[in-house]
Amino acid sequence: MTSRSLPRLLAGLALLPFAHAEPLPESLREPVAAVRAVSAEGRGNVAAAAAWQKLAGTDAKHIPALLTAMDGANDYALNWLRSAIETIADRQRGALAESVAALERFLGDTGHSPRARRLAFELLTRADATKASALLPGFLNDPGNELRRAAVQQLADAAAAKAKAGDKAVAVGDFQKALAAAREADQIEGIAKQLTELGEKVDLQKTFGWVTRWKVIGPFDNTGGAGFNQAFAPEQGLEFSAETDGLKGKVSWRDFESKSDYGLVDFNQPFTSLKSVTGYAAAEFWSDSARPVEVRLGCKNGWKVWLNGKFLFGRDEYHRGVEIDQYRLAAQLQPGRNVILVKCLQNEQTEDWTKEWEFQLRVTDAQGTPIVSTK
Amino acid sequence: MNSFPFFRTAARNRWLAAAVVSLALTAQADNWTQWRGPLGNGVAPDVKLPTQLDAQAIAWAIDLPGRGLSSPIIVGERVFLSASSGVKQDRLHVLCFNLADGSLRWERQFWATGRTMTHEKIGGAAPTPTSDGERIYALYSSNDCVALDLDGNLVWFRGLGRDYPNASNSLGMSSSLVVAEGVLVAQVENDSESFTAGLDAKTGENRWKLDRPKKANWTSPSLLKGADGRSLVALQSAKGLAAVDVRTGAVVWNYGEGASTVPSTTVADGKLYVPSNGLTVLEPGGESPKQLWRSPQLRPGTSSPLVLGGKVFTLNDGGILSCGDAADGKRLWQLRLKGPFSSTPVAAGGFLYCVNEKGLLQVVDPSLTEGGVVSELELGQEVLGTPSVAGGSLFVRSDRKLWRIGRASAL
Repeated sequence: MTSRSLPRLLAGLALLPFAHAEPLPESLREPVAAVRAVSAEGRGNVAAAAAWQKLAGTDAKHIPALLTAMDGANDYALNWLRSAIETIADRQRGALAESVAALERFLGDTGHSPRARRLAFELLTRADATKASALLPGFLNDPGNELRRAAVQQLADAAAAKAKAGDKAVAVGDFQKALAAAREADQIEGIAKQLTELGEKVDLQKTFGWVTRWKVIGPFDNTGGAGFNQAFAPEQGLEFSAETDGLKGKVSWRDFESKSDYGLVDFNQPFTSLKSVTGYAAAEFWSDSARPVEVRLGCKNGWKVWLNGKFLFGRDEYHRGVEIDQYRLAAQLQPGRNVILVKCLQNEQTEDWTKEWEFQLRVTDAQGTPIVSTK
Repeated sequence: MNSFPFFRTAARNRWLAAAVVSLALTAQADNWTQWRGPLGNGVAPDVKLPTQLDAQAIAWAIDLPGRGLSSPIIVGERVFLSASSGVKQDRLHVLCFNLADGSLRWERQFWATGRTMTHEKIGGAAPTPTSDGERIYALYSSNDCVALDLDGNLVWFRGLGRDYPNASNSLGMSSSLVVAEGVLVAQVENDSESFTAGLDAKTGENRWKLDRPKKANWTSPSLLKGADGRSLVALQSAKGLAAVDVRTGAVVWNYGEGASTVPSTTVADGKLYVPSNGLTVLEPGGESPKQLWRSPQLRPGTSSPLVLGGKVFTLNDGGILSCGDAADGKRLWQLRLKGPFSSTPVAAGGFLYCVNEKGLLQVVDPSLTEGGVVSELELGQEVLGTPSVAGGSLFVRSDRKLWRIGRASAL
């Protein structure tokens, strides 16, 4: 960190919108700023290492202030701050008991960093496990996924116990409540399975909020993987009514609607099982307002994604695996019509496990709550 | 952090027994600072381990808070281990245990900043940490890399998967770390943004970053000495093997006849035993290495080769242990072990210690005419990681436990 940037960082710390910020002692402001300044490729590591020693050597009574300092920190800095707090907590184990009230206050303020609040919960558990456990049900709709996940699991476990005891009505109600709160795929699938076993219908497609109505075009070439960096016609402008040159003659856009519970857009359906090819899918997505979102993709083929013509990300890995929300791409919706364009590439492999030429995509908030097109 | 229940129970139950044997065990304390030990070849030449194993040989067994394929490393009286936890394996742990009794000395946790998706069998903590005696360095499948001093104080943190966002493998990354001449070598090779980095061991900053073949690679780097005594690191890939100057990242020589992307090269007696076209032995020198011999019959499976007493041993996934003459590659004998195997055998006191995926530890006496299993120990859990040797003991980890095997009474 340069001498010019430090005052700016200190000023920034003072201006952070902490709703209930624990006061940071003057002596810790500069070390906190140094640790928060770490960035990519180890930039700031040298200054941060010296600052970390000061933070880790401080008194446990400052843990709530250090937790507050995690608000707005980048992912590198969160880890530096976490390890400093853990080190203090280990060194002054007995002192944590004196911070129980402050940790509870911190947890109660959902404006704080989700990760800082999760760490506060872990510290509270060490200081007073009973008190921490009693707070858990209150995290069912928490903005922090780690806390929310634990509360969802507690409720789902309780529902399962009710089901086992034969109290179906209560079990179904609790499972449905847990399903509405769940944001992570494994929990959604697990709860949906148990509801199905109780005779309840779960619309997985709707629960996940997949984008299901697409227009697709292809095939284009991908011999030797060269299609990844080749901008075929759809990348140069979307003309849904126009024909263009494909791999073996003229190709045109056609409608494709995914009927899959998992929103799969399977290029093998319209184009048959081809190898060394490229396909595109485009979807309109309507929004009432401008808002930040995540475009979440699962794909085991090579792929690229654009939103409103802006390239978000791409990856040229083939057939190493797929899962829901495998890739989370930060994006910005504009009010009104948006267009998502996905390029999906199949390679030359012929093994049974390389047949798939498909993707799944949904739009969510940062927590994973589905956002659906308003039209 | 003994207040955590999973440690408290284990420690309380075993404290007394451990205390009784600890003096005898720690008298033989030594270091095992990286995957396959300080020499990087899996051999602990001056260590005697028990060869007749039974349940009494287990000095202690500790419950772990997370999964891992990584081997424990041992520095002095401390055993370090990496692990990962959470449904997404995105909580990264570094654990430090007391060698004497397995009690937890400290634990640090980090949030993964890179992608954590892996094949079920790999998980988040596949690469083995390393140590230069001052610090320990841990790398995870997410390509997060952390340096801590031996007391658990953070020295630096790098998110290589965040810095280079296409550097990941959806099946998981498993290349272990090596450190030499103040440079930590992290092999981050995959289908997309593929590289190996030399990081400054003190600061974590890039000393060099070398583009590598765009191909998934689970092998680990091997250290060797160059002609002028400088440290080289052998980087294996589907294309072959490159010897790179640890300090600069410059490629010193290259072997381009292809190699496996799973078992790793073993360096022994100045030669490189490369899983290439079966098994190929290279002798470094000049601008390109000299091929001494090649044996399709000695092709290793997932396990890497081991060289001991003028013989080379390879193990296939099913459990066939092949013994060849290290001088010419002639296959001498084969022994069927109980498989399947993912881990690499280690050797101590002239015996091989092989643990299969089912957690069956098998001790092999290779001096017998066609080799022979002299004892077995059932650990009762899946084991995919390679054992470590230090303090007169063998250390084995599963996803749930860390064992120290080598009670004084069994020696």
